[in-house]
Amino acid sequence: MADVALANTGAAPTRPSGWKGIAADWSSDQRAFKNVSWGKAMMWIFLLSDTFIFSCFLLSYMTVRMSTRVPWPNPSKVFALTIGGTTIPLILIAIMTFILISSSGTMAMAVNFGYRHDRVKSAALMLVTAAFGATFVGMQGFEWTKLIMEGVRPWGNPWGAVQFGSSFFMITGFHGTHVTFGVIFLIITSRKVLRGDFDREARGFFTSQKGRYEIVEIMGLYWHFVDLVWVFIFALFYLW
Amino acid sequence: MVQAVAHVEGQQHPIKLYLVVWGWLFVLSTCSYLVDYFGLHGYFRWSLILLFMILKAGLIVAVFMHMAWERLALMYAILVPPVLVLVFVGIMVFESDYTLFTRIAFFGAGK
Repeated sequence: MADVALANTGAAPTRPSGWKGIAADWSSDQRAFKNVSWGKAMMWIFLLSDTFIFSCFLLSYMTVRMSTRVPWPNPSKVFALTIGGTTIPLILIAIMTFILISSSGTMAMAVNFGYRHDRVKSAALMLVTAAFGATFVGMQGFEWTKLIMEGVRPWGNPWGAVQFGSSFFMITGFHGTHVTFGVIFLIITSRKVLRGDFDREARGFFTSQKGRYEIVEIMGLYWHFVDLVWVFIFALFYLW
Repeated sequence: MVQAVAHVEGQQHPIKLYLVVWGWLFVLSTCSYLVDYFGLHGYFRWSLILLFMILKAGLIVAVFMHMAWERLALMYAILVPPVLVLVFVGIMVFESDYTLFTRIAFFGAGK
């Protein structure tokens, strides 16, 4: 049926390597991505579009920060926490970074166990990933609360350039939303794995396509992307 | 078309690979945090931050997202367009310099 054309992930046809191979793939009047299923290709293209969205956010942040006459608040001090009497700069953000990286590690292993048809391990690792993600969002909630209590608003803050608040809420808010949706879909996918939907090739309720373990990998692509975006936010917003 | 279950399916890599990458991501994150902790400044700070950022992003995309094993046609289709964002960055650097210049010219040098 149509499944064959849409979900075929068989071996790649032998083609020239390098630029000639790219030209051959794209000019063949067939599918450009030979051994990549439509689901994975579409996830990559969605992630590409999402890259542009976050690029625009970070670019507008760069623009307002470069063009303001008022000094930018020092993120190292703004995000410092006092634990046991000592003030440690940026510590909450550092912990959040490690949590998100760990969640990426468990997700990568969940994909691996999925392809080995190890249902329990794959689903368990995905739930651990979801737990890390939920922890991350919780810590972000804590951070937002702390900053709002200290008087940070999208239109102003006690320390410097007013654009700080709008950039902060916009960028971290959008990222947190992505994490939240990731957690929801992780829970849904892990339930499907545990139930054996991908062993039975049960059809999905939305696309009616046969379930297969590649769905775990596609879910993983989204989750790693969320981690990837955080790498850029951490470097450009918090550390700069 | 029924695929045999025993057929090699999808991406198969040893778990150790993921653990090694995970470890490196921890090391690189620690390094970028230490840049802030020790309060480095100026071009040294910025180049270190960007270096660690690019290394981390590369590891995640190449290994965790399996881009290193994908076909070149997909790799180029996904990885080349974001590079073009750098052109946008260049445009906005000029634009914000100009905005800052006009603000200083009309409103003074700020606080």
